[in-house]
This record gives sequence, structure tokens and C-alpha cells, in this order.
Amino acid sequence: MLEIKNLHAKAADNEILRGINLTINAGEVHAVMGPNGSGKSTLAHVLSGRENYEVTAGEVIYEGKNLLAMTVEERAREGIFLAFQYPVEIPGVNTTYFLKAALNAVRKHRGLKELDAMDFLALVKEKMKIVEMDQGLLNRPINEGFSGGEKKRNEIFQMAVLDPKLAILDETDSGLDIDALRIVANGVNALHSKERAMIVITHYQRLLNYIVPDYVHVLFDGRIVKSGDRQLALKLEEKGYSWIEEQVQKNQPVNL
Amino acid sequence: MLAAIMNSTEAKNLYRTDYSRLKGELAGHGEAWIHEIREAAIARFAELGFPVKRDEEWRYTNVNAIATIPFERARYDIEGLAPDTVGRASLGLLETSQAVFVNGYYSAELSSLRGVSQDVKVGGLAAALNEGAEWIESHLARYASYRDHAFVALNTALMQDGASVYVPPGRIVQEPIHLLFISTGGKKASVSHPRNLIIIGKGSQVTIVENYAGPEKGNYFTNAITEIVVGENAVVDHYKLQRESDEAFHVATLQVCLGRSSNVSSHSISLGGALVRNDVNVVLDGEGGECTLNGFYMVSGEQHVDNHTRIDHVKPHGTSRQLYKGVLDGKSRGVFNGKIYVHKGAEKTDARQTNNNLLLSLDAVIDTKPQLEIYNNDVKCTHGSTIGQLDQDAIFYLRSRGIGVESARRLLTYAFASDVIGRIRIDSVRAQLDKLLAAKFQKDS
Repeated sequence: MLEIKNLHAKAADNEILRGINLTINAGEVHAVMGPNGSGKSTLAHVLSGRENYEVTAGEVIYEGKNLLAMTVEERAREGIFLAFQYPVEIPGVNTTYFLKAALNAVRKHRGLKELDAMDFLALVKEKMKIVEMDQGLLNRPINEGFSGGEKKRNEIFQMAVLDPKLAILDETDSGLDIDALRIVANGVNALHSKERAMIVITHYQRLLNYIVPDYVHVLFDGRIVKSGDRQLALKLEEKGYSWIEEQVQKNQPVNL
Repeated sequence: MLAAIMNSTEAKNLYRTDYSRLKGELAGHGEAWIHEIREAAIARFAELGFPVKRDEEWRYTNVNAIATIPFERARYDIEGLAPDTVGRASLGLLETSQAVFVNGYYSAELSSLRGVSQDVKVGGLAAALNEGAEWIESHLARYASYRDHAFVALNTALMQDGASVYVPPGRIVQEPIHLLFISTGGKKASVSHPRNLIIIGKGSQVTIVENYAGPEKGNYFTNAITEIVVGENAVVDHYKLQRESDEAFHVATLQVCLGRSSNVSSHSISLGGALVRNDVNVVLDGEGGECTLNGFYMVSGEQHVDNHTRIDHVKPHGTSRQLYKGVLDGKSRGVFNGKIYVHKGAEKTDARQTNNNLLLSLDAVIDTKPQLEIYNNDVKCTHGSTIGQLDQDAIFYLRSRGIGVESARRLLTYAFASDVIGRIRIDSVRAQLDKLLAAKFQKDS
């Protein structure tokens, strides 16, 4: 589904991604872990098309197409979804209105009939259950005055409504208490399917107790320095990122 | 189509000659009181001349274009109306409470006032003046000051017609009264001086919509004045929608005088015109008056819009709330100058003023100047203004959900305007405005 080859990207004059290689197939869950500043969020944003970053080398093939040539909205319509680490508050834009416009833009692109208000509401009610979201939030401006947990739930709820093929969760667990984490993780698990792939970006192993990945990748200084299965995350938790840092700086192969 | 250019002395003389030639035929010409006011106003205009940059109140608005075009006096030109102009400008309001003015002149044939009860008088000012109605004499030109505003002086000297509205005490007028001003914008650049007088009796309640419309193109000049006198305990909801031709000049003063415990909301929406100046002056002349001034302006291309407001708190326990918001695109330019003046005797005044601006392009410019002048210690006053751009993070967020970049920008611009637009209490006007904004967006992008 997704093939990232030798991806380099910079922000301003600062090279952040320095040769990422990663292949993801439908149905797989990939966890990307790494210390602060390793390039995790940059990878998420480059995949969704954020213009603040400049891709300087490499390519990304998504469903056989050149992803890097697509605009932000084209990627979304083609089925890429980014759950934000810091969801944006947008005063004055009603959540229901926004989500209906988004869903219909996506449906139109996929050749599906646009939903009317009735059908949309029925869909929304069903999807809200997945993250136990309060319906009152729908009538509020996007994320405005939402708690941290509500914002993250809202992200997963939007993902449920938009039904993406590739979901990128950028530190969805950060800042959540254990109850909120469980609700969010359950929501993500409910959306797991054979057709859908997920990239779960996280700083902490804790999330992976709830969302079990097929693969774990460790990102350091803009490169994936180690890949493995779930055990890798557990070892990393035990030994800490500083240990990886030491090995990389000594120019040694990373062996856990 | 641009007419010959004069210098401003020639322009001044042109209007003075016009006045000398016309004074024997202007509305109410037989009445000494109005004749005296007109004489004083034209004399004052001759002294003032057109404002220039060094006049503090005109620092950011250059009216040279108005001063140098020899406008002809506009005529009642009903043949010049494009078909269905009235229908298209109707805002979805009831046609039975609608007074229509063509180039500033009341049109009995296009107006329908069947829905307005008999004792509420709505019609043309010229007719009311010529009839010698007593309420006209006691109020007309007694509020908007021609002493320090050249365009007010010009209108006062040369006014011929406009709307007259009289609501007797104790009436609740259910349907909004729609005053529709249509300019035809003929081949030659023309000027009209609509003059409106609105008197609201004690304890009455009314909604008034002043709606200025014109053709898409056409070089003309509307120089309007509206005086509203609000009786004790009366409630007035006033709307002004300005969408003149792209080439038109629009200079207007709204002068409101509030009686004791009365309540006025003013909504001023400015979308059209090449050069627009709105003065809104409110005097809280009785104890416990309350006024809300809402404003929205959206300009693009090379449009220039200037909103000057002044609120005078004269008596104790007055409240004023002001929110003006502007969206500027292209090379447009905006001015907001909001003054709150708290007089010595106005204890317990509570005044709040906000002006927020959204710049959609790098070339758009806004000059915003909130001013407080307070001559009383026992008051609560705040003011503030902001200038900003669309939030790039918000645009990215919307796009990342599949919404196109233009739609995202539009959505966020609506969101910016939504609180001030949401304060419009007439559903059909609000709905119509949504459409107008969407159309304006389409045109600009």
C-alpha cells in the first residue's frame, strides 16, 4: 500500500528526515517510536502533505501513485488520514458542518453519492459510539474548549467517519490519562481491518499494550535504525532511548 | 465613462451654483426654517470644502476622486432600472412593507406599504416636507451636524428626498420596514443626496432595513444621511446593507439620538463600492440608554472602506457594545476609527469596543484606531483591535480531512465573520448575506 524510499525532508534549513525506508501493506499496524526530535512527527506531516517541509530526496508510492505529487486534500480523499498530535481549535466552524463537508468531499472523490443531513446524522451517531463521544460536542466549534482527551477522541471519531485506507496516528496517546487512553485505543482497535493500514507514532511503549503492532520501528536522527516486532518496543522501554543514541553515535550497528 | 476632471475649488463652486439655481425648487422651499438651515449648510460647505488628508478624521481616506468629478444631479430615472432590480435586491423581506427609492427619490409606483399600519407613516421625505408635517420641522437636520462634516453640509443644503418614517408612541411594528435605495448609474456620473428621517415614539418597537444597491458597474455618488430619533423606552433594530456598484462612491452618516432607557442595535454591512465612508454617530442622550453597534465590511480589488463611529455617553448608566469586523482581500484598504466619548455627567457608563480584521492578501491594508475620551471617573470602558491572517494550521487541518484549499479558506473566513453575522436577527437577511458573501468569494478567487 505504502512504500517510502530513501525519504529526505527538511524544514527551513534543517534536515530532519535523512533517508527513511519503510514498506507497509494493507491490514498491517506499524509502530514508529523514537525520542524527541527524531523526526516522528515530521514523517507524519510529510506523508499528509504539510507544506512547511521540503522533500529533498526519495519517493513515496501510495497505492501505485506518487504521493508526493498530491495536494493535502487529494491525499485525504485518496484515503490518508492524520490524527493530529495537537488537534487545531477552529472557532466559528461547527463540527458537524465541517465533518459533513469533509466526508462528502471524500465520497465525491471516490464516486459515491454525497450524504444528506439525515443519512449523515445516522452515520455519525453510530461512529460516535466507537469512542464514547458526547453528541453535544458535534454542535460546538471544532475542538474549541475540548479537553485533551476529547480532542484525541474527536480525531479517532473523524477517522471512523472518513474511513481511510491508511491512518497515521501522531502521538495519539500523549497527555492522556489511562481511561482516555483505553477509550482511544479501543476505538483504534475497532477500526482495525484487513483493508486498512495504520502507522502508530508514539514516544511511549504504553500505547502498544493496547494497540498491538505487527512491526515496530525505531526512528533516530531522521533514520529508521532498527525494526522488529512487538518485543522491540518492550526492550526499548527497558533500556531507554539513550542507549540507542550511544550506539548510533559510536557508529555501531544497533543490536538489542 | 470617467467624466472630466476638475480641481476641488471648481467642484465646490459647482455645488454652490447648483444650490443657487435649485434653491427655489428644493423640497420645502416655501418654509423659512428649512431655507435657513440650507443656507447655513451651503455656507458651511463653502468654508469647509472637501476634506483633505490633514483633516484628522480623513487622514486615511482620500476623497479627491469625489471632489474632482463633476457629478450631475441624479434624476428619478425609472426607465434606467434593469428588469427585476427590486426583486433581486429584496433580501427576502416582505414586499408589503417596502419603500423604494430610485436615485434617492421616493417611488410610489415601486413601493408597497400595505403591510404597514395606517398610523405608522412611511414614505418620501419630500412629500412630508412639502406637507409641512410638524414632526419633520422639529427634527429634520437637528441631529447630524453640518458644522464639521462637509458631506453632511452638502447633503443638508441639496437634499431633495429620501425616507421619512414616523412611528407613534406605543406601537410594536412586527414586520421590518424595508427602505430600498437603488441607483441606476446612468451614462453620466451622477450624485444623489438621500436624506432619511426616522422618528420612533416612546415605548415603540421597530426594525428598519436600509438597503443600498446599484448595478454592477456605474460611476455614481451616493451621499446619504439618516437621522434616527429614539423615544423613551423605545427599541430599534437598524440594518444598513451597502452594496453599491464596483465603481461607485458612497458616503453616509447615520446619526442616532437615544432617549431615556431606549435600546438601539445598529448593524452596518458594507460590501460594495469603490470608495466608501460610513459615519455612525450615536448619542446616548437619556439615562440608561443602551446601544449595540455591529459592523461587517468585506472588500477586495482596489476597494476602500472607511468606518468611523462615535458614541457619546452623555447621561448616566449608559451601555454601549461595539463589534466591527472586516475582511480585506486584494489591494483593498480599510479604515476603522471608533471613538467613545464619555461626558462629565455620564456616571456608570459601561462601554466596550472591539475591532477585528482579517487580511486575506499581502497587499491589503487596514488602519484601525480605537479611541477613548473619558471625562468621568466612575465608568467601565474597554477597547481593542486586532489584525490577523488566516490560521495556516487551521487550513492544513481542514485540508487534511479532504476539504479543498479554497473551501477551507472560505470556511475560515465565514468563521471569522460568523459572530457578527450571527447577530443579525432577521433570518432572511442573514441567509441572503450568506449568499452574497459566497458570491463575493467566488468572484474574488
